[in-house]
Amino acid sequence: MNDQASDPAEQPATLLQAQRLGLSRNQEVIFGPLDFSLHPGEVVLIEGDNGSGKTTLLRILSGLLEPYDGEVLLHGEPLTLARLSHQVALLGHLLGLKLELTALENLRFSIGLGGIRRGITPELALASVGLEGYEDQPIRTMSAGQRKRVALARLLLVPAGLWLLDEPYANLDREGIELVNRLLDHHIHRGGAALITSHGAYAYTSGMPRRIRLKAAA
Amino acid sequence: MKYGTTGAACAALLKRDLLLVWRRRGDALNPLLFAIIVVSLFPFALGPERTVLERIAAGTIFVAELLAMLLSLDTLFRSDLEDGSLEQLVVSPHPLSLLLACKIFIHWMTTALPLIVIAPLLAELLHLPDRVLPVLLVALLLSTPLLSLIGAVCVALTIGMRRSGMLLTLLVLPLIVPVLIFGAGACNAAQSGFAFHAPLLWLGAWLVLALVLAPLAAAAALKISLS
Repeated sequence: MNDQASDPAEQPATLLQAQRLGLSRNQEVIFGPLDFSLHPGEVVLIEGDNGSGKTTLLRILSGLLEPYDGEVLLHGEPLTLARLSHQVALLGHLLGLKLELTALENLRFSIGLGGIRRGITPELALASVGLEGYEDQPIRTMSAGQRKRVALARLLLVPAGLWLLDEPYANLDREGIELVNRLLDHHIHRGGAALITSHGAYAYTSGMPRRIRLKAAA
Repeated sequence: MKYGTTGAACAALLKRDLLLVWRRRGDALNPLLFAIIVVSLFPFALGPERTVLERIAAGTIFVAELLAMLLSLDTLFRSDLEDGSLEQLVVSPHPLSLLLACKIFIHWMTTALPLIVIAPLLAELLHLPDRVLPVLLVALLLSTPLLSLIGAVCVALTIGMRRSGMLLTLLVLPLIVPVLIFGAGACNAAQSGFAFHAPLLWLGAWLVLALVLAPLAAAAALKISLS
């Protein structure tokens, strides 16, 4: 088992692998058991109705929650927060932006925390999510869609290969949805990977993303 | 690609939290006003006799300042939890305990330090003898960071619950009573002309212990609260 995991030829670059992953609360099964894997250059879409455990699954994969059943492997070894954190960018339904600070100040803080990709500046990132001219505007005065765009700009800056996006399409207009798809295309062409949750109304359309459908086992 | 160093992350966090306090500076003044009001009410209630006020001065100032700090404790991680910044800190590639230590330091600097700065004024208000003032200041300098650190652990434990204010107070209270006894005890000893070093040294020892252990405990508690 150990030999297999350490031999790169045996396991050709599986980034993330879930084995019999399950979640139950109060003895009621919410989802699972679930088996899937994620490779670099791949987008996997997690679909499910409200309350089907999409967010919880993403929290498990980001290491914030311990899996209840089964396990998650990162590069073939059990996932821990410490091993994951250099490679993951998380966009939760809470965006992690400070309302009192401006867009630029928020992004600068994210760079301090997570580092920065080569060849990009916070100003460039804001411009490429369509927020040019909003650099010095406090987040408090922005609309929900604009806040989401600032959070997307953070994804562009932080050098993470794995994007875990919880409902990235929520609150965005048609143009914004295309923007998310463009960012994802760019990310996977660079060799990155992404896991996206969606309740199904809008979804990643370019290419053929693999889909995982979450259904309560009851 | 350039990964951020832990030093850069701490610097960014310190800068952000200071900026946030500055943007909400009205709220930051609350504990200060609270302490001033409490201390200035005592002469009205007990009468202006110098002997009475001298006797209660150190203890009153101590209690007022610790309670003022207790007021602001709940805000330590609350806003970060509500806007999702806390998750970003947890999944960041740096030790959570170190990041929390930075947050605790900013909390101490923006609430306790102003309280210590106005302590001489409050002491004058209550006729605290001049020779006791240095002991009071040293005792406050040792006990307020202790309260910030102990408080941070309790806040981290209770933050997952809604309306945790009551529980937080119940948790913190027994833990700060010894701090109060030793801090105010040192002042009383100095005022009566006895040796006052021992309680101060005890406070110092606890502070060193808390400096090392409290951020680790807070980080562990926070991870549990988040899950």
